[in-house]
Amino acid sequence: MKENRVVAPYLIWMTIFIVLPIILVIFFGVTIRTESGLQLSLDNFKRFFEPIYLMVLWRSIRLALISTVICLILGYPMAMILASNGLKMKNTLVLLFIIPMWMNFLLRTYAWMTLLERGGIINTILNFLKLPSLNILYTEQAVILGMVYNFLPFMVLPIYSVLIKIDKSLLEAAEDLGADSITVFRKVTFPLSISGVISGITMVFMPAVTTFVISRLLGGGQFTLIGNLIEQQFLFVGDWSFGSAISIVMMILILVSMGFMSKYEKENEGAGLW
Amino acid sequence: MSQPIIKLTNVSKSYDDHNVLKNINLYVRRNEFLTLLGPSGCGKTTTLRIIGGFETPSSGEVLFEGMDITSIPPYQRRVNTVFQKYALFPHLNVADNIAFGLNIKKMDKGLIKEKVKDILTLVNLPGFQKRSIHSLSGGQQQRVAIARALVNEPEVLLLDEPLGALDLKLRKDMQLELKNIQQKLGITFIYVTHDQEEALTMSDTVVVMKDGTIQQIGSPVDIYNEPKNSFVADFIGESNIITGTMIKDYLVDFAGRKFDCVDKGFEANEEVDVIIRPEDIKLVKEADGMLLGQVVSVIFKGVHYEMMVTSNGISWMIHSTLMVPVGSKVGILIQPSDIHIMKKVKAI
Ligand SMILES: Nc1ncnc2c1ncn2[C@@H]1O[C@H](COP(=O)(O)OP(=O)(O)OP(=O)(O)O)[C@@H](O)[C@H]1O
Ligand SMILES: [Mg+2]
Repeated sequence: MKENRVVAPYLIWMTIFIVLPIILVIFFGVTIRTESGLQLSLDNFKRFFEPIYLMVLWRSIRLALISTVICLILGYPMAMILASNGLKMKNTLVLLFIIPMWMNFLLRTYAWMTLLERGGIINTILNFLKLPSLNILYTEQAVILGMVYNFLPFMVLPIYSVLIKIDKSLLEAAEDLGADSITVFRKVTFPLSISGVISGITMVFMPAVTTFVISRLLGGGQFTLIGNLIEQQFLFVGDWSFGSAISIVMMILILVSMGFMSKYEKENEGAGLW
Repeated sequence: MSQPIIKLTNVSKSYDDHNVLKNINLYVRRNEFLTLLGPSGCGKTTTLRIIGGFETPSSGEVLFEGMDITSIPPYQRRVNTVFQKYALFPHLNVADNIAFGLNIKKMDKGLIKEKVKDILTLVNLPGFQKRSIHSLSGGQQQRVAIARALVNEPEVLLLDEPLGALDLKLRKDMQLELKNIQQKLGITFIYVTHDQEEALTMSDTVVVMKDGTIQQIGSPVDIYNEPKNSFVADFIGESNIITGTMIKDYLVDFAGRKFDCVDKGFEANEEVDVIIRPEDIKLVKEADGMLLGQVVSVIFKGVHYEMMVTSNGISWMIHSTLMVPVGSKVGILIQPSDIHIMKKVKAI
């Protein structure tokens, strides 16, 4: 069984780093610590459905959705500009998009803190121009800004790579059949880019809904998101069981939305959205 | 004669320093089947794209029924195109592809359905409405592309090598079908091909192009029988092209002897191209020939034999339904009216 020997290291790796942790998470999620030791229970999940935690869940989803929509609105035109034909410095621009992604995520977010601070660069410039200063740090807007900034490339790149693959003669054919440029976009370009849009949405929404760094740094801890909640349970409260239960809920949420997205994409295959 | 539906005057096109079209003058009459014919890279597609509105000429203008449309975008031209690679929309089914133009015109849905059905019958694909584009063969995609353009009832249909991807048999069938459709609907066709046979069988008018210039415009018969220069003669059908000298009017010297001919108007002792079609050369007994030669090869071509005969160091291509075995000594006979004299094309 030569094949088995080849995949064996990979299987071991998977078991140690993926299967085992998931089993552990599930184990902690369905047990609680009592005087008489560990006991099987669904209390952790019940607890999650208390209003205070549902609020956190709702806030996470809301902020992630807002960021995803903003990323889509900003990212689609950007992808179109990048993919447009006449662009001479296309590769340079694409590179400019990718370079920040090579930098550490934390550093980038810290950089925004110094930009947004009360005495930070943006306010210094505003003061210099005799404009009222902006107190944006530690607000919801700052968290959204951080998400959009960090995740925008994940929206632009998949859309871009779908757009550049669209056969230009299809656009000419549409024009030939009487479509002005808006109609060409509505009836050909956009429907053909749907798969890019969907993977863009997925790739922005998933990290946005689970982030805890952005909300802690730019939200100043005032905007507890689901990611922060999990982090707190493990690092500060020490309630691994509850932390695991939230993680499981989160994983189910992500799986469901991914399934929904891929189903939606399949339905749209070969049929226009419009 | 009625006003031409499309007219190109002094149209030139260059990309950077590369002159792709040089001063093209051309008119197309209503209901005409006009073919642009020429070797690869001679500017056929570019000419078609200028008429369709996808390229703007560097100079010159395009007239549609006398109106300058040079700067009118494609979607406002009453012209439709069948693209070289079909360019069917992969996200739409056959019916929606065909209805694309009609939907944009906001035509009544019931009427669209009716028209799609009729046009599918016309292109011999009845009942294909719901099929996806991927599920069609090349020839079927081809027909859908033609249907998608035709259903808009354009005044002029542009076709860029539409049969290029098809096998010989299907190509022949489609040639007939296209010609039928064109005659039935009375639409002006501007057709691009590099296949001379296709051009000759389908067209009312053939435009022979080379290196961005028009070499000759004429009916298929004219182009075949009276090629204007040796390039056209060589490109259209097969030819023997020999250098000769015009002694005086009606007398030409080539292949080592003088021949009577029907051409005049050259300078005395001018160097000329002598062009003789392979089927115009008769093989006869040695004693009756104007030239003596020996058969060096015989190939069966289906309807005729193609024989190579060398005589005085010149090889002649000869088509005949009668086979003469390799090695035979033969006489070559050429009628004065089959000798075509042309001014030498300056070597470029
Ligand atoms: N966008 C372009 N940029 C630069 N050169 C071009 C462009 N489009 C066409 N050309 C050049 O123009 C010339 C004519 O091209 P065109 O496509 O019209 O040829 P064609 O006669 O259609 O040839 P084929 O039979 O191979 O399709 C070619 O030399 C081609 O390289
Ligand atoms: Mg071409």
